Amino acid sequence: MSTFFSQTNMLLMSVWSCFFGQDEEDGTEMGEGDEWMQGKTLIKPLDQLDLTEAELKEEFTRILTANNPHAPQNIVRYSFKERSYKPISSVDQLAVHFVLEGNLLHQDSDEARRQRAKQGLPEDKIVKSVLWFFLLAQAAGGEDAGDVEEGGGEERADSVESKAGKKEQKITNQFNFSERASQTLNNPLRERGCQTEPPPRANFSATANQWEIYDVYLEVLQKQEKNKEKAKAVPKKDDDKGKKKMMLVETQSDDITKVAKVAKIIERMVNQNTFDDIAQDFKYFEDASDEYREQEGTLLPLWKFQYDKAKRLSVTALCWNESYKDLFAVGLGSYDFTKQGRGMLVFYSLKNSTFPEYIYPTTSGILCLDIHKHLPYLVAVGFYDGCVAVYNLKEETLQPIYKSTAKSGKHTDPVWQVKWQKDDMDNNHNFFSVSSDGRVVSWTLVKNELVFTDIIKLSLAGAVSEGPEGVQLPIMACGTSFDFHKQIDYLFLVGTEEGKIHKCSKAYSSQFLETYNAHNMAVDAVKWNHFHTKVFISCSSDWTVKIWDHTIKTPMFTFDLNASVGDVAWSPYSSTVFAAVTTDGKVHTFDLSINKYEAICQQPVVAKKKTKLTHIEFNPVYPIIIVGDDRGYVTSLKLSPNLRKKPKEKKGQELPKGPEVEIAKMEKLLSLLREPENSNA
Amino acid sequence: MAEVEETLKRIQTHKGVIGTIVVNAEGIPIRTTLDNSTTVQYAGLLHQLTMKARSTVRDLDPQNDLTFLRIRPKKHEIMVAPDKEYLLIVIQNPSE
Repeated sequence: MSTFFSQTNMLLMSVWSCFFGQDEEDGTEMGEGDEWMQGKTLIKPLDQLDLTEAELKEEFTRILTANNPHAPQNIVRYSFKERSYKPISSVDQLAVHFVLEGNLLHQDSDEARRQRAKQGLPEDKIVKSVLWFFLLAQAAGGEDAGDVEEGGGEERADSVESKAGKKEQKITNQFNFSERASQTLNNPLRERGCQTEPPPRANFSATANQWEIYDVYLEVLQKQEKNKEKAKAVPKKDDDKGKKKMMLVETQSDDITKVAKVAKIIERMVNQNTFDDIAQDFKYFEDASDEYREQEGTLLPLWKFQYDKAKRLSVTALCWNESYKDLFAVGLGSYDFTKQGRGMLVFYSLKNSTFPEYIYPTTSGILCLDIHKHLPYLVAVGFYDGCVAVYNLKEETLQPIYKSTAKSGKHTDPVWQVKWQKDDMDNNHNFFSVSSDGRVVSWTLVKNELVFTDIIKLSLAGAVSEGPEGVQLPIMACGTSFDFHKQIDYLFLVGTEEGKIHKCSKAYSSQFLETYNAHNMAVDAVKWNHFHTKVFISCSSDWTVKIWDHTIKTPMFTFDLNASVGDVAWSPYSSTVFAAVTTDGKVHTFDLSINKYEAICQQPVVAKKKTKLTHIEFNPVYPIIIVGDDRGYVTSLKLSPNLRKKPKEKKGQELPKGPEVEIAKMEKLLSLLREPENSNA
Repeated sequence: MAEVEETLKRIQTHKGVIGTIVVNAEGIPIRTTLDNSTTVQYAGLLHQLTMKARSTVRDLDPQNDLTFLRIRPKKHEIMVAPDKEYLLIVIQNPSE
């Protein structure tokens, strides 16, 4: 530490001598530098402090310390205990100037001993050699040289031996040392490797989306459910076999069949495009000109449905499906007695007007059909040959699931109307049929059979004919139509070919509750009003349409339509609106609340004048009607707003909705009629 | 099976339909009424688009699924209906 001062001093001195002491050494050289010599006066640097006398005399004490001026004075270390930086109490003041590693070893140290052992020098060798020299010296000087020599010689011999043993190791000459090396035989290297067949690799990539995870979960769930079912169905071996067969069939199916569903969707899309304007009309078009026409309305033709193979048949029945509002059934057959042939049951959807959804060809012409209200896949059909059949749309086959045969009580004459009823007490489905053979029959679907029950036999009052062998048989009236009351289950009406309408009950099988002399010709249709429980309508080939109150024997309203009326239907949205079709191709629409005497719309619907319209049906939801004709076409028409008017309420009052309104409307009309009658009577 | 064939035939002969293509799950057309190069192009591109559309629909609600896809360029309309394994493409000119 003391050297510090001296050294720094030396430095300083040297620095100063550089400036001022040099002239002594380089005096000879600096001959020219006289100026500089002369200018020995102190040159003040410009930024030197100017100190006053007092300040100059001030004494500054210089303390010599052992501190290392280069050592930092404020080293700080992080203390984990106190979690902060803390200054170190003492800083190391040692400064190392020079380090040289030496290679001297103490002779008694371990390392030294090891080295000596390596070299082979004995520990006391020096001492012994000295002894030998000493002995030799004595021998040379004495008489007993011989003895001494011998002794010395012995010793010499000993010593030679020892010397030989203690001969100094040859130390390699560091100047002309040559190293000799020899090459040994190296073992040849051999590399052994083994190659295995790489494991088969395949690239796998997948996405993990929310829906993929959902799909997997669904699959697992389905498998679990299947397993549960299989566990339950193990005792039933037949079912298992059946399932196995089903599985086989599925795998063998052709690729194309899987496109079926998609193809259907595409077909509908293509149709939608082609008939785009019709679809738009159906949905949105409201005839604005109705505002200018006071009471009249129009029918806008929409789609036309036709099927190639049904061209020669006439539409004999129409029915909308209650569950699928765009699906309707068309029964095709023939009304012509002479031209009886095959028939067809065809289902159309409004979404596809070019091709039917379901086609069932039948051997005999269809005359009537009805779709079950709650089970939209069950269809009851009545044929010209007197059979009734039930089709299940879910089945793949084209055959009906039930068909009545001669044994099971089929009618002997064409079946004019069928209607589904509520399930009976055993939860079997059942339906009614009426036929020209004068029987109203109830058919029940019991397991695999159709069980029939005669409900009523329509007999002509009083008329009796002579049968074979003189037995007197009552002549049967021919039933041509019937309809069941909407609310009162057992009450129904039957129209006959003679023009009479009988009010019957399911309970009484031989007597009618009431008979109305309705028409002069066969009653083609009888329909109860959807809202008013007492009103029904009937139409006939005698050109008239009549509206009745079932408590009164005479009709409330009679309309003459100038042509044979094929069918009449109440509208589902209003109790006073109904439509009728005639054989001259016109559709007549009436609204009794607007005009009691005339139709508010009479419109020819078919292009060719000779086509006769046979049936008409209102869609339960949409404001359209379908009309069937005798060429196998079904035309759909949209009702203009005038035809769908709801009763106008006085301003400020809420519009009451629901069937009560309709009933009230009808009541009003009827009461108007009844009053004059009462007053007349 | 014959029903499906009939349905496809009817679609092909429908008014305004230019062509129909049936594509399988890998994007390879198995049935077509157009020429080869056009078919391959349509099949490849529409396959990808349908996958994307379906993925989008299902991502929004996994219980939902894509029923069909309509693309209306100026010239004609392309309708794609996807199935689990197949894809049916129909090109129609609606204004005809």
